[in-house]
Amino acid sequence: MTFSRTTRRVLLAALALGLAVIYFPLLVVFLNSFNDDPTFGWPPAGFTLEWWSRAAANEGALAALRTSVVAGLSATAIALVLGTMAAFALQRYRFIGRNPVSLLIVLPIALPGIVTGIALNNAFRTILGVNLGLFTAIVAHATFCIVVVFNNVVARLRRMGNNLEEASMDLGADGITTFRLVTFPMLRSALLAGGLLAFALSFDEIIVTTFTLGAGLETVPIWIYDNLFRPNQAPIVNVVAAVLILASTVPVYLAQRLSGDSASGGRL
Amino acid sequence: MTAAITDPPRPAPPGAASRRRLSAYLHRTPGLRLGILLSAPLAWLGVAYLGALAALFVTAFWTTDVFTGQVVVSWSLDNFATLFRDAVYRTITIRTVGVAVLVTVIDAVIAFPMAFAMAKFASRRAQRLLVIAVMTPLWASYLVKAYAWRSMLSGNGVLHWLLAPVGLDGPGYGLPATVITLSYLWLPYMILPVYAGLDRLPDSLVDASGDLGARSVRTFFSVVLPLAMPAVIAGSIFTFSLSLGDYIAVKIVGGTSQLLGNVVYDNIGAANNLPFAATVALVPVVIMLLYLAAVRRTGALDTL
Amino acid sequence: MKNTALLAGLLAAGLALTACGTTSGNSTATGGTQGFTPPALPALGKLGPAEGQLSVLAWPGYAENGSNDPKIDWVTPFEQQTGCKVNVKPFGTSDEAISLMKTGQYDVVSASGDASLRLIASGDVEPVNTSLVPNYSDVFGFLKNQSWNSVNGVAYGIPHGWGANLLTWRTDKVTPAPTSWSVMFDSNSRYKGKITAYDSPIYIADAALYLKAHQPDLGIRSPYALDSTQFQAAVDLLKKQRPLVSEYWSDYLKESQSLTSADTVLGTAWQVTVNVTKGNNVPLESTVPSEGATGWSDTWMVAAKSQHKNCAYMWMNYIISPKVNAQVAEYFGEAPANSKACAQTTDPKHCDTYHAGDATYASKIAYWTTPISQCLDGRTDVKCEDYGAWTQAWTEIKG
Repeated sequence: MTFSRTTRRVLLAALALGLAVIYFPLLVVFLNSFNDDPTFGWPPAGFTLEWWSRAAANEGALAALRTSVVAGLSATAIALVLGTMAAFALQRYRFIGRNPVSLLIVLPIALPGIVTGIALNNAFRTILGVNLGLFTAIVAHATFCIVVVFNNVVARLRRMGNNLEEASMDLGADGITTFRLVTFPMLRSALLAGGLLAFALSFDEIIVTTFTLGAGLETVPIWIYDNLFRPNQAPIVNVVAAVLILASTVPVYLAQRLSGDSASGGRL
Repeated sequence: MTAAITDPPRPAPPGAASRRRLSAYLHRTPGLRLGILLSAPLAWLGVAYLGALAALFVTAFWTTDVFTGQVVVSWSLDNFATLFRDAVYRTITIRTVGVAVLVTVIDAVIAFPMAFAMAKFASRRAQRLLVIAVMTPLWASYLVKAYAWRSMLSGNGVLHWLLAPVGLDGPGYGLPATVITLSYLWLPYMILPVYAGLDRLPDSLVDASGDLGARSVRTFFSVVLPLAMPAVIAGSIFTFSLSLGDYIAVKIVGGTSQLLGNVVYDNIGAANNLPFAATVALVPVVIMLLYLAAVRRTGALDTL
Repeated sequence: MKNTALLAGLLAAGLALTACGTTSGNSTATGGTQGFTPPALPALGKLGPAEGQLSVLAWPGYAENGSNDPKIDWVTPFEQQTGCKVNVKPFGTSDEAISLMKTGQYDVVSASGDASLRLIASGDVEPVNTSLVPNYSDVFGFLKNQSWNSVNGVAYGIPHGWGANLLTWRTDKVTPAPTSWSVMFDSNSRYKGKITAYDSPIYIADAALYLKAHQPDLGIRSPYALDSTQFQAAVDLLKKQRPLVSEYWSDYLKESQSLTSADTVLGTAWQVTVNVTKGNNVPLESTVPSEGATGWSDTWMVAAKSQHKNCAYMWMNYIISPKVNAQVAEYFGEAPANSKACAQTTDPKHCDTYHAGDATYASKIAYWTTPISQCLDGRTDVKCEDYGAWTQAWTEIKG
């Protein structure tokens, strides 16, 4: 495609600059996790590994990590089931109310988190009379994770078409066998990608979690928020953040490889 | 003439007969299949979630006993009267919508060139790496990023260190800081859908435009932008919605500023006034629903 | 259209559900010396075995368990002594405390005077059987059975300690050392944009206190009993102050950080904020200015719905025991409630500095109290603004 050399250079420079700006604060956080000064004066005067060793032993951080992982996995499992069901329903069938249903699926993520949070909090505590705990948080997370799985599966179904499934049934397989041996393997990578992204969403979520998690529990974001300003804990928060950044490259890479068709990936 | 050699028919696996019957039955009744598929998601989202929302907004018509903090089921429009009468809520709403629009525009302007370069000037392999590079920061806790900006914007932070030699000073905490931080936080959410949209843009159209005599700028405004617009709008749904309801980033870098999210949060927590919080919460919800309705026509929701 | 019908149906269902769920229970009745009649709840009869768990809702610095500073920990000894595993949740304002108590997930709370009566009125806390708390007998007499911790002679809590809200400043950035609150209200202040104030509607009382001294013709007697004219004057003063403020604080550590980085150089604070910041080698000083100060007198209260009341009583007895009360009082920077704590403080002059036994001094502080429409200073010819009006005005002030 014909674009002038200057256009090319300018846009590539914009890309490089943009990436630099995106990563600069993360670099600051990473460097601060080694910063000698507990109040993070800049530029850092000295470097130390002490915060890293303290973080590894920190009870609160580890408990929060456990809670986050359990909540994330559970919410993702629920979202996978419900999202796939909804994707099939909306992609393969025509029915009245198709548009409102697709709007309904997007709603938990389109509405401000605080609205979802206080609505669910009110529903749990006042109407259902249930005490807040881990379960209530999982329910809340699953609700807005459904759309992530939904989008990935719909994109895959759109690309798949139903030719192969029809061929399978022509050859004598019944519907259930077809799903097991033909459809599901083709969907697998989309489900994995959607699941990874749903997990990421649940892992980093704070606003809805604040309103739906029980009193004695903390997920990683809530632990971070509680400790962000504590002078002795703030360095550990930096370490946790640095670890998150480094560790997250793996699932992001996996999600990207698996969801070859939906180039956008991301939260969508 | 060779006789066809066939294997003797294998015995059917156990339960195959009932499975086939069930499959056949389901195959004949698409309505039932649809019903089963829709039942669980609709029960979860339609009944539970919508029900929770409805229950919340019903409380907007009630009041709260100031002293005990208990919700009193006495129907009235007092909350709405307060919302419309007190000028402060109008100010806060306008301020919040303004911030959301500004953040969306800034992100769109920054994201477009980046996404364009990614989609058109990078090899396939580089594109994959670039998408990973853009997505990785999304995993780096929102709070940590907001807090990083707080320390960068501080009086003795990085921005001050960078700008002081030039004689300038950072914006400090406040509304500009909030806009900067929110733009930074939501940028990946704008880059990715725009990249996807531009990726789908056929090069042939751009070439045709060039063939017809248009220069780069004209091609951009007449061909590229209109085709990429649904993708930009898809990205804007997230930046707009996330900015409209945010209260945490505001508390971290916003100084004394209040946005709609803060008013709702303060009324839920500090003021213990669920009815009024629900009333104020209706404002961003209505704005978002109007926005979604408006963009549905552009087909942005399909590209999500 | 199917979806509107669906939505309407759901709305109706939601209405029906909420009418069942969100009952108001017993709304406040009129009458009583404090303007309400508390719900009839029994106090604990006798102490049983420890339940093994306790959720404490406390002002920051009151229930330190080593997570802030590994050397500051009086919660772990309690856990070891009684076997009650403690989960501490700190809060920043009395309103937050009330909101958190309503979730029913906390067993015991340290309530200031502006929270205690509201908790009593809503039935979130129950009367305390002081005979089950042996250390109660050593508490200073002028803290027992006061208007903020008892109703009609029934005690609702165990006094913890009291103190004032101070004016604090960076000695290297603010000269000369301020002696009056006017540094915070002067529109031409040199420290414009670097001042901080408490983020709660109760801060309006500080403005009223200032006006009591500087505009005596307003006739303000109690900063918590403001009729509409007095209230408007206080609100206007705070609106004028707003451009001077860099941040309103409710998290004392966030304020400490702001003072350390000098984004804030002047403002209201608790003694614990000053102590913690000075502990990080930041040049800070504090004082009670000439106009006087608002303050707080805190009481430990037991949640009515608590499942761990034995542990709760054990905690209350422990926290006001002489040694622990002294530890808290020194760490936080307040006057302890237990008279025997004064002999246990590491700084022998601690109780003198904080006027611990001085009933007269204590009576001069304008303790946090919830404003109600029945004027708290005894006036019957006018109606005073209640806390709902204060809360709405606070949103307006912040703008």
